[in-house]
Amino acid sequence: MDHKCIDKILEKYGHQESSIIAILQDLQEEENYLPENDLAYISENLPIPLTRIYRIATFYNAFNLTPRGKYPVSVCMGTACHVRGAPMVFDRVRLELGIDIGGVTEDGLFSLETVNCLGACALGPIVVIGKEYHGNMTPAKVESTIKKYRKRIAKEK
Amino acid sequence: MKRIDSPKKLEDIRKEIIGARDPDKPCITICSGTGCRAFGSENVTESFRKELKKHGLEETIDVRTTGCHGFCEKGPVVVINPHGIFYQKVSPKDTNEIITETLLNNKVIERLLYTHPETGQKIVKESEIPFYKGQMRVIFGNNGKIDPTSIDDYIAIGGYSALSITLTDYSPVEIIEIIKKSGLRGRGGGGFPAGVKWESCRNAAGNKHYVICNADEGDPGAYMDRSLLEGNPHSVLEGMIIGAYAIGSDEGYIYVRNEYPLAVRNVEIAIASLKECGLLGENILGSGLNFDIKVSRGGGAFVCGESSALVASLEGRVGEPRAKHIHRVESGIWDQPTNLNNVETWANVPLIINKGVDWYTSIGTEGSKGTKIFSLVGKVNNTGLVEVPMGMNIKEIVYEIGGGIPEGRKLKAVQTGGPSGGVIPESLMDVPVDFDRLTDVGSMMGSGGMIVMDDKTCMVDTAKYFMNFLRGESCGKCTTCREGTQRMYEILEAISNGDGKEGDIELLEELSWAVAEGSLCALGQTAPNPVLSTIRYFRDEYEAHIKEKRCPAGVCKALITYSIDEENCTGCGACKKVCPVEAITGEKKELHTIDPDKCIRCGACMAACNFDAVKVV
Repeated sequence: MDHKCIDKILEKYGHQESSIIAILQDLQEEENYLPENDLAYISENLPIPLTRIYRIATFYNAFNLTPRGKYPVSVCMGTACHVRGAPMVFDRVRLELGIDIGGVTEDGLFSLETVNCLGACALGPIVVIGKEYHGNMTPAKVESTIKKYRKRIAKEK
Repeated sequence: MKRIDSPKKLEDIRKEIIGARDPDKPCITICSGTGCRAFGSENVTESFRKELKKHGLEETIDVRTTGCHGFCEKGPVVVINPHGIFYQKVSPKDTNEIITETLLNNKVIERLLYTHPETGQKIVKESEIPFYKGQMRVIFGNNGKIDPTSIDDYIAIGGYSALSITLTDYSPVEIIEIIKKSGLRGRGGGGFPAGVKWESCRNAAGNKHYVICNADEGDPGAYMDRSLLEGNPHSVLEGMIIGAYAIGSDEGYIYVRNEYPLAVRNVEIAIASLKECGLLGENILGSGLNFDIKVSRGGGAFVCGESSALVASLEGRVGEPRAKHIHRVESGIWDQPTNLNNVETWANVPLIINKGVDWYTSIGTEGSKGTKIFSLVGKVNNTGLVEVPMGMNIKEIVYEIGGGIPEGRKLKAVQTGGPSGGVIPESLMDVPVDFDRLTDVGSMMGSGGMIVMDDKTCMVDTAKYFMNFLRGESCGKCTTCREGTQRMYEILEAISNGDGKEGDIELLEELSWAVAEGSLCALGQTAPNPVLSTIRYFRDEYEAHIKEKRCPAGVCKALITYSIDEENCTGCGACKKVCPVEAITGEKKELHTIDPDKCIRCGACMAACNFDAVKVV
């Protein structure tokens, strides 16, 4: 990210060390992950040791140190989704995309992650693709849903 | 927004807002909670606006997007006021008809009404639907009446009158007395008396006192706090301001999950409007009270729901808990006295002040006063958020409000308390929701997750699920928690894979003791509960896995095989089409078969079969 943009984020939080989590959240919001160079820049300018930033970035589930796909696929693993068959849905997503948690498909379109609960339990099992919710998922619906995205993306190209 | 700098000004503005509103003016109320949004409620709202414009009715009919109504199963939910007509599963193509038929011609559209599942009767009014009838929605009910982004809406229903009464009629110590007498106990899980906590914090020595709202609702399957913060943020903020006055604090934080973007947005909007009108900031309502609230977003770590880990996270550090012998009320954020309460606890405060201690204590049981919001989810017909008086038994909640178990299956257990709680078997369904009674049966109130499980839910798998969650969420500081949860998970995984050994159950019990005794915070101390309670009530199921290599519920993959029933199979080929590994063979209109060696037990065929021909053995 452009250093000027990072400066803006740092300014927004008054260069406060205690706001490091919020700073990283804003950076990830823009970049979709936490690029190493950007973390180094934050470390120098906040200032705060890079090791501390890494400790925070690896402790909290919300942060990614590697790029995610254009459409992050997130399978809800909350208890309500679990008892309604989320593990089977997850297995099918993994099979369909050919990647594991944290992985990105070769074309860079999809990445796979799980989330502990989205709080939309009435729709469980839920899969979120990009920012769209897909409720009442079944293994078979996984296949058709991902196909739909592939088609849509091909059209956009 | 005009400045509200005195109690009189607040009342004047309230009169002005109410006076400008016609209670008989038709209003389309659309639920815009996360659940209904996921079902597409935003498109429904947009469509209503377009249609009204087309009909030239923008001025005569109001559109209000509200917080969560709770009945998420039936979303998107639309209520037509002033008559309170309840429409469910509304789509954009229904909006024109609703306007022309219901709003212009006073005709009810049968197809969009809720149908009573047993009697088949169509129900017109929200209040008559069994899901709502059995509830007591004193905290949550206003969600459906107001636009959470409008402070006017909150003021119109009596908002901030409790704050006004507090600042005019009572001293801080008197407020603490009221909260103590009300018997309000922390709704986040611990159940500690809120008034006692406030008093300790007020009396603690420090340069500055802080109040915190814990909205880091990490319990998977629970979303009450999100819906409150999303749907009625002002009720939580009003509680916090009253708390700040009682405790003597001038700075507060709301620590909210970043996975709840709508809650973050709505609470930020609410805070901005409070600052604009002077209900946050300096000299609130001319009383001399100074108080400000900041929003801090969590990083997706379950352990941060624990108070000392939350404080560490607020300070910009990793969320590792501290030893409990240092009380948070004495030394919390920046080592200053800090009072932390959960979202729902704060939302109870204005209600207690407005309605009085006598009214509040008339609801609930001896040791648990007021109401509790539960997120009723899992294998239940009416998924959603329910608010019931403490003391109602679980059976009533599941059957009368929840409408029972789908597909006529048998209720097996209800899980409460999330990863720190336990399962309550069907035989104990008459246990009331009460902090102490739930602990007696090996579970706990927790923050309000209530997951219904039927006979197709495996208890070993449930225990494994929670242990997998906990080993991932353990912060790693205490060895017993870090290694213990990992070891317990490995044993449970072995059992569910058919590799369980004699003595595993006893080993799990022994490890449970070590993890509970040797861990610093509640995450570790309560981590064994899901395992211990499933062993306590479903030991035979563990034994079936270990001794007979059988999963009675048909869930554990390594112990089941899929096959096709000769009699039911029509040879339609639906299963074959969805099988991702080509394990199913068979000609059209002839019996199909599954090759167990190729089958990955993904369940796709079972879900695709319309003739109930795919069986699990």
